Parts: sequence; C-alpha cells; structure tokens
Amino acid sequence: MQIFYTDLLCIGAGLAGERVAVEAAKAGFNTTCLSIVPPRRSHSSAAQGGMQAALGNCVMGEGDSPDIHFADTVKGSDWGCDQEVARIFADTAPIVMREVAHWGVPWNRVEQGPATYYKGGKPFEAVESKEKHGLIHARAFGGTAKWRTCYTADGTGRSVLNTLDSMCLRYNVNIHDRAQAEALIHDGENCIGAIVRCLRTGELMAYFATATLIATGGYGRIYKATTNAVICDGGGQITALDTGLVPLGNMEAIQFHPTGTVPTDILVTEGCRGDGGTLLDINEYRFMPDYEPEKAELASRDVVSRRMQEHMAKGFGVKSPYGDHLWLDIRHLGEKHITTKLREVYDICTSFLGVNPITDLIPVRPTQHYSMGGVRTNKDGAAYGLTGLFAAGEAACWDMHGFNRLGGNSLAETVVAGRYVGKKIVEFLQGHAVDFKQSAVRDAYIKTEERIKNLAGNSGKESAITLRDEMQHIMMDYVGIFRNGKDLQTAVDKLEELYARSKNIGLQGSTIGFNPEISLALRIPGMIKLAQCTALGALKRTESRGAHTRDDYPERNDKDWLNRTLAYWEKGDSLPTLKYEDASPYFEIPPGERGYGGGKIIQADIPAEKLRVPEKKASDNAAPAEEKK
Amino acid sequence: MSRRLHIEIFRYNPLDPSSEPHMESFYIDEYDSMTLFIALNIIRDTRDATLQFDFCCRAGICGSCGMVINGRPGLACHTQTKDLPEHIVLHPLPIFKLIGDLSVDTGVWFRDAGTRIEAWVHNDHEHFDPTQEEARMENSLANEIFELDRCVECGCCISACGTARMRPDFLGAAAIVRVARFYLDPRDERNAENYYEVIGNDQGVFGCMGLLACEDVCPKHIPLQDQLGIMRRMLALHSVKGILPKTLINKLSHKGCCHENH
Repeated sequence: MQIFYTDLLCIGAGLAGERVAVEAAKAGFNTTCLSIVPPRRSHSSAAQGGMQAALGNCVMGEGDSPDIHFADTVKGSDWGCDQEVARIFADTAPIVMREVAHWGVPWNRVEQGPATYYKGGKPFEAVESKEKHGLIHARAFGGTAKWRTCYTADGTGRSVLNTLDSMCLRYNVNIHDRAQAEALIHDGENCIGAIVRCLRTGELMAYFATATLIATGGYGRIYKATTNAVICDGGGQITALDTGLVPLGNMEAIQFHPTGTVPTDILVTEGCRGDGGTLLDINEYRFMPDYEPEKAELASRDVVSRRMQEHMAKGFGVKSPYGDHLWLDIRHLGEKHITTKLREVYDICTSFLGVNPITDLIPVRPTQHYSMGGVRTNKDGAAYGLTGLFAAGEAACWDMHGFNRLGGNSLAETVVAGRYVGKKIVEFLQGHAVDFKQSAVRDAYIKTEERIKNLAGNSGKESAITLRDEMQHIMMDYVGIFRNGKDLQTAVDKLEELYARSKNIGLQGSTIGFNPEISLALRIPGMIKLAQCTALGALKRTESRGAHTRDDYPERNDKDWLNRTLAYWEKGDSLPTLKYEDASPYFEIPPGERGYGGGKIIQADIPAEKLRVPEKKASDNAAPAEEKK
Repeated sequence: MSRRLHIEIFRYNPLDPSSEPHMESFYIDEYDSMTLFIALNIIRDTRDATLQFDFCCRAGICGSCGMVINGRPGLACHTQTKDLPEHIVLHPLPIFKLIGDLSVDTGVWFRDAGTRIEAWVHNDHEHFDPTQEEARMENSLANEIFELDRCVECGCCISACGTARMRPDFLGAAAIVRVARFYLDPRDERNAENYYEVIGNDQGVFGCMGLLACEDVCPKHIPLQDQLGIMRRMLALHSVKGILPKTLINKLSHKGCCHENH
C-alpha cells in the first residue's frame, strides 16, 4: 500500500476545498487535494447564478452593508442559523469577492449610465453612477433586501473555480484526482488522514495528514430527482459519520430549488427570476403575487417551492408524462439578455429540453437542490468529535444557513468559509504536532480492505443498484417538500430495512482493476445512513422551519425547537442517535418573522444574556495568514 | 414510434491481462428526450455494472463526458439519441490515456498543460489589500475574458486535432485559449516576450495546421480558431519586431486584435 504524508489533506477539490488549500499552501504547508474527478469538473462548476456580498456598487444595491446581508441571512435561515457564523460570513464576503477579483475572476462590472432592468416581468430604468463605473456589479436574488449577488454571466461557479484552480497550480497544491476517500484514519481522538481508493486502478492508498478537511459538497443523490451532479453522493459526510464520533448537523434541512427543469432535473439559475423572470401556471397566469404580494417570485427558495407545490396541488399544474409542472417565463428579457447573461440557461433549454427560452416557456418544478446539513463544525470549521478534522462548504454544517439558505449564499460560503477556515487550519498546523500511529492506519485499512474482499467474494443476493433506486424513491415519496409524521415513520422503517439488506450486497462483475460497480456497492450503505439521518431528524422535529415543513406541525416552534439536530451513528446500530444543541450562542437579531412565507410562530423566552451581542471582530477576518513559523 | 437502439461500445480494461480491446453491442428501447447520459446509465444499471464511463454534472457544464460519438468527439450528456441513427458507435477520446472502456484521463493531461503555460494570473498576489476597493475593469473586457473562461476542458478539441495526433507535446486549442485568456487580462503582468517563450513554437501556436476541427467540435462554441489566430499574429509580429519598421508593427498589431491596449 502506497502511503502519502501531507500537512493538510483536503478531501474534495471544489470551491471550498481549493480555497482552503490555497490558504494553507500560501502559508508554506504541504497541501494535497483529493478529488473524485479532475478539480475543474467539481459540482461547483455548475453553479450559475452568483455569490452574495454586500459591496453595494450597483444602483439597486446602494446602501447595502454586511449588517443588511447578515439580517437577510438570519431571516432566510428562519432563525435556525448560528448568528456568530452568519456575522463572520457577511463581514468577510466583500473582502473575498475582491480577493478573487485580484486573482482573476472576471466579475461583471458596473457600467455608468442608464440601464434597463426587470422586476416581476416589468422593465424599469435605473441610472448606474459614474463613481462606481468598473466596480463589481450585482444582480437580484431571492430573499434579499438589496441587489447583492456578484456574478460572471451565468457561469459564476465556472469562472471562480477556474481562478481558484489556477491558484492551486500557482502555489503547488498537490492534486490527486480520481481518488476517493473511503475511511478516515483516527485513533479515537485525532483524525490523521484517510484511506483512499484510486479510481484508476482500484488500489487502496493511505494519506497521513496533520489536518484533514472534508469539502465534498452535498448529498443530493439520496433523492431521485435532484439538481446535484452524479458525484454528490455524500462521500465526505459518510466517512465522518462512520467514525461514530463525529455528528452531522441538521440533516433534515433539505432545500428544494423552485426551477429544476422537467424532465431532466437540471437546474436553471435563480438569476432567471432575479433578472425578472416570472412563474406561470397552466393558464399562463402569474400566481406568485397572490401568495406573496411583497416578494412574489423573489421570496426565499423554500417559500417559492412550497407555493409552487401548493398551486399545483390546487390543479393549476401543467400535466406532462413526467408529472405536473409549472412554467418559467423569461421571454420578455429578450434575445440579447438571454444569450449573454443567461447563456447557460439558453443552452440547457435548447440542448436538453428542446425549448427555445426566447420564444417558449420553460417547464419547471421544485427539485431537491441543497443540503443545509452536513459535518457539524464550530465557527472555526473544526468538526465536533475529532481533533484535526475540519469541514467547509456544502459538506459542512458551519451553519450560516440554518433551515433555509438564500440563493447566492452557498457559492459565497464556499470561498468565504474556505478563506476563514483556511486561516484557522493554518493556525492549527502552526501549533500542532501529530503522531502518525501505524495502528490507526492499520485499523482503517483493514476495515476498508475487508469491505472490498467481502463484496468481491460473497454470494450476496442484493443489488447495489436496486438498493439505490429504492432509497431514492423512499426519499422522494416520504421525505419531500411537505412532510408529516406518518410518511416520515414509513420512510424510517423502510430505510431501516434497506440498511439491513445493504449488508448483503453481491457483485456481478470481476474485481480486477478499477470497477465502478464496487464504487457504488461501497457507497450505498453510507448513503442509506445519510438518508436515515435525514428522515429520522425530520420525524422528530415536530415543527415547520425554513425548508422543513410539517403538515401536522405548521407552526415554527421556537419554544421547543430553536435548536440544531446532531445525528451520530454508533457502531452496530441500525438507527442514528439524535442529540440537540442551541441554534445560536447568542441572538444579535432575536427570533421574529421573516416577512414572507407566513406561518404562526410559537415564541420562546430567550434569556437576556443570550440577546447580548459580543463585540464584533470583523477585522480578525480580514487579516492575512501569517507565514509558517 | 420509438426505436430500438443498437449501441456499440468500445470495451477494454488495461489492468486486466485477459482483457482484449473489442466492441460490444447493447440494445435498448429509445424514449422521449433520451440522451446518451440516460442510455449509458440504463446499460450500466441493467446490462453490465462494470461499464466505465465518466459523467458528473450531466448538464454540459463540467466537461466530463467527452467521447467519440459515431466518429465525432462530443459531450455525451447533451447528445440526444433522436439526433443519431439507430446504430450508435461509442469510442473513448483518442490522445488521452485510456483508463478503461469509454473513460480517459483528461485531468492529468490538462494539469500538465496548465503547468507548462503557467496558467494563472501573474501578479503580486500577496499585495492584496482587503481594505481597498477592487481594481476597476470595463464590463466589456470582463465579458471577453469570461468568453474564454467558459472552456470546460472536455478534450474534444484535442481529440479532433491533427497536430495533437502527430505531436504528443502539442498544447492544443484548449491550452492556447487559456493563454489567450491571460493575455487578455490586464491583471496578468506577463508581456509578449513571456508568452513567446511559452507558446511561440511548434508545441504552441506555430504547430497548428489550421484544420479548424477544434472549433467544429467545441461543445461550448468557443471561438478557438480566432484566438489561435490572434495569438499567432501577436507572436509572429513579436518575432519580427526588430526587422519591420515600428509604425508598420503598430498598425498590424492593432488590426483585429483587442489585446494590445492594456
């Protein structure tokens, strides 16, 4: 077995993984990124819309500030987020957008003079100021008080990922692509690396690392209909959960995006609605203002998704062989806008749907999109349960999103958390020595090798493909946008049965060299565990908050549920163990109404000391990392 | 009436000594909106779980699924079966190292190309001041840079390239466009001399035979030949700088080229 030694091992090389890697490599540490695919193919590349940061350059963003961004984020989270983290995020975001501009991101820029924008399908004129000419522009996104989403046409993820990947090249980050982490190496207290499977040869390798970062993105593939890439199978979260020591936070908080296309489930960006696109029903009637007079299509994603579902349930959906859907209308934006600022949308519509968005309506429906939950970390990005283990980006529950994240906040989170957590990891590396225990690597290696041997040699009757399909259907049918106790109990029972069956998977093919069949077989039991954490967490949470909506408990219950779910999976168990912790160490903004989405709130008595705001330390976030000592 | 597709796939596992390269036929029923992404997944799910191919975003954005489709390199995810005949033949992309079946190693190839052209903005990165506003840029220039940043490195252009077949060290259109992207970017402080060292040779712009296949097969419709032409013109002028009068150089270098001003 080949053994690699590195200071920082980043599992995942999307935006978050690469941003952390750049920070550590700049400070002089040997840094290695593992990636299932070449880094530029990461799911980050598919992000179209943009990154929120309160720069306030464009006329519609005038007067914006980190305070307003913070308030939008907290409201968006339905007060489920950690406000200390949301504050760090909002304060740091503008700096990070400028930093990546310095490194080469071609952000769209403000052009002085009159410009025609759209709101709710209607054009209006606004004059961009001369003083701001050439600074970073922004577009509108849902749930925000100001236009704050920095963008490069509708290829923001692509352009920022290219830039960060180029910085990895610049700072000699080791990129080991086609490599999949199968288990963390730990001694019960310290995480010291990972056992990794080479996706070229199928061989196992060991990576010893002083610090290990999980930045593997979301786990949307536990659902049948998801906008997530096929690699978003929760690999990182599974390795953390498998330790039995590291909890996953808020796994029940799953976001559905209003505009997944039908039938392919490919996302078209929220920028469509931000730029003035509208949602229409079977009668081509614009229904959103009836439900949300103030924000209409630009209420937060959970609200718009639910309203769409409600409207379709009333019989206003468009019937299709693939089920009901609604229409997204961007025709009024015109050919130039659609083929430049929304070109990716244009390509998706024409290539995958056979629809020309300049003249036709786009068929859309809410589709699983984002996981607010993930590896629970503290505000420094350090995972609970193991020293030396960190997480960032969608894989983490750093928890600035609470129970619903705003569009443009996740893409911003990848680089903002990447920079912030990167600095904290640099501090950790500077002050930490580690004992690379051979016994720990042996344990982890044997465990993984035995799993593979058992798969290859057994006479198991279960098919990994069948189990995957069943799991995905259970999640769609019973753990969707609207949830209730009965359905969730059904999901928990069915998943428990599925998990038991997953111990009896057999293979069809041979095992020489790399084999995609083994990849899936190794992954499925873990994915079922993630699905179970989601389903059980949702069953126990008897309230509606953000994206988690219970028909049988429609109130947001701050009295009992102003907290975060922590899911542990102890060895030999068939169900996760759930624990809870406070949602936020203090409330800079006390729980209140979001101003959209309606719903009753059962109020909590919050002790005075938790309403006290500690002194802000925004300047801490801006300081560059020190050189390696 | 839906068709019965005959999909013929190249099979080979280089790590298995008993494996011989061969073509294998699969037959599946076509349905509405079927793409090769859907078809290949059906084959893997129902016929042969060991079939190797690469998909990631399945939406034409990540560039994973380049393969040769009925003789022509393209992205499998946004190739609809209705646009193809009943008999579909799939091969892995040439030039790149074969991993198995339809899967090839584009990652290592592009990493190497990126290293050779030093594909990052060359400036003093350490001198970023978080308290200052960002350096200003014209929106039109930002758009021009993004136009070239849209490349997904699928490798189709390299696979379709006559020169790349003959010269293993040829950088190819995707890499030269990346150089053009940095050349266009005022934040990159490299000058014509620096670029000449990187691509002013047969491995770079002067190796191109101008067959135009790269642009023909580019799934993102990036103006690859324009960029090759622009870079070649710039570097050719650079090489005759001492010979031709300065006024003539200035005149030529501005014609059809937007790069000279920064």
